[in-house]
Amino acid sequence: MTEHHQHHIKLPEGSIEKQTTTLNVGPTHPATHGVFQNIMELDGEQIISTEQTVGYIHRAFEKLAERRPLYQITTLTDRLNYCSSPINNMGWHLTCEKLLDVQTPKRVDYLRIIIMELSRISDHLICNSIMGVDTGAYTGFMYIMQYRELIYEIYEEICGSRLTTNIGRIGGFERNFTNTAFTKLEKFLKEYPAALRELENLFTRNRIFMERTIGTGAISAARALNYGFTGPNLRAAGVDYDVRVHSPYSSYEDFDFKVPVGTTGDSYDRFLVRNEEMWQSLSLINQAYQKVQEFKGAEAEVFHADVPEYYLPKKEDVYTKMEALIWHFKIVMGEVEMPKGEVYHSVEGGNGELGFYLISDGGRTPFRLHFRRPSFIYYQAYPEMVVGGMLSDAIVVMSSLNLIAGELDA
Amino acid sequence: MALTQEHIQLRLSEKFGDLVSNFQSPYGMLSFEAAKEQNLKVLQFLYDEADLNFQFLTDLTAVNYPDQLGRELAVVYHLHNLKDNVRIRLTVYTDIVSPDIFTACKLFSSANWMERETYDFFGINFVGHENLKRILNVDEMDYFPLRKEYPLEDQTRIDKDDQMFGRG
Repeated sequence: MTEHHQHHIKLPEGSIEKQTTTLNVGPTHPATHGVFQNIMELDGEQIISTEQTVGYIHRAFEKLAERRPLYQITTLTDRLNYCSSPINNMGWHLTCEKLLDVQTPKRVDYLRIIIMELSRISDHLICNSIMGVDTGAYTGFMYIMQYRELIYEIYEEICGSRLTTNIGRIGGFERNFTNTAFTKLEKFLKEYPAALRELENLFTRNRIFMERTIGTGAISAARALNYGFTGPNLRAAGVDYDVRVHSPYSSYEDFDFKVPVGTTGDSYDRFLVRNEEMWQSLSLINQAYQKVQEFKGAEAEVFHADVPEYYLPKKEDVYTKMEALIWHFKIVMGEVEMPKGEVYHSVEGGNGELGFYLISDGGRTPFRLHFRRPSFIYYQAYPEMVVGGMLSDAIVVMSSLNLIAGELDA
Repeated sequence: MALTQEHIQLRLSEKFGDLVSNFQSPYGMLSFEAAKEQNLKVLQFLYDEADLNFQFLTDLTAVNYPDQLGRELAVVYHLHNLKDNVRIRLTVYTDIVSPDIFTACKLFSSANWMERETYDFFGINFVGHENLKRILNVDEMDYFPLRKEYPLEDQTRIDKDDQMFGRG
């Protein structure tokens, strides 16, 4: 490979200096959107090799989880892919429900789908607009951020927080969605399509954007599978694997949606796949909202399963009733019956298959909990995707992969 | 014909006999155990055979069972047959004194970092791995933190100077 390089650095005969440049990108670099370090070997602008360093924000979640009852682990999952925390929260609750054999009512499933698809949109819109920033188009990003704000306001209305949401409970939600929440949802559903179309207009057929992204960071379907790719990155390479379709959870099987796929697996295809997924998510939210509205009478008030041994009692009861106070204490301290068992459960996270491998020995905390973090697994392929290309393309490839440092480093 | 758990178990038992054992199906996922030296052969067999076709490595991690003498560490593989949409779990036990397990890097590129992570936290020595060094923890660390012999700090201890951490 070396003989093809142009060797931009001319050295005198017999020099012991090298003809390539070592460049340290990161750990904190304005273009990497997170704590990513790459030590690159460059010949001019061309990348000859690169080695990633990960672990800068490792927070020992798996060790911490071994000392925490189930509800205290939800807050750890927030901090994995923090662009779509609700999906992580739901994934964790679904894992617990699988272990504890909790059946959720349909209305809860549909409300969960609304929240999960909203967070998928908030995840993808950041990723796609940041690709614009990295190719020199800042406007789309600033513009679309307003709509993420609308999504965050819906979260706020439901659970009280925005970024690290800690949303939901085992068996459902902490409270029913208020009318304000639904009004905000309607506002979002009404306004977002036009904004998304405008974002498309800015990028999809934009000559500069296309030339910067088409053909860069391409990966074949076979290599992507071998590298354990999942989510939009795998689908961009042409494999239609989606956890929502293959192992449906939370009643995804009741819905009608498409799984968009690409062909070349390059940065542009990843952009297009995410873009189309946002449309599909909008359709899913519309369908779910319609189904939610069909519940009448007492059914329309259901927002959690009837599992008093795992679901925290109402706060006003905790303050006034002895029994509720006892249960609250028991659940928070993990003094509930935990079955022994090994569970693997996965959900379609913002950037791929987010898996939870939970081993319970019947104690108050998990014996072992392992997170399958999609970006940790597919970031390995980064050198293979950028070597031989230009340094500036490598930056775009990185943002097109939707790497989230929190998830990468656990 | 859909791929059934019975068929997978039958094919594995035919090929490996007693070296694969303990077939179970907790929460609907076929789980079984393979002898320590056989892990790569079993993975290769599952990968190559057209009717099994387990070519996607979903997850690789380890578990420490300090009470099981001679079987203190378990390496757990989650495999996925994407065509028939079947998941299985393969566990390989090893002792903690010489935790040597063959690497699956040649079969799955994704195993590279997952094995490094498993080495980093459990000290599993993946034989044949080309770059087996720590990945998430600092290079200077001289222990394997997810082993059960390293409990988390007791949060009620009072003999520490916490002033620097704003806890004093």
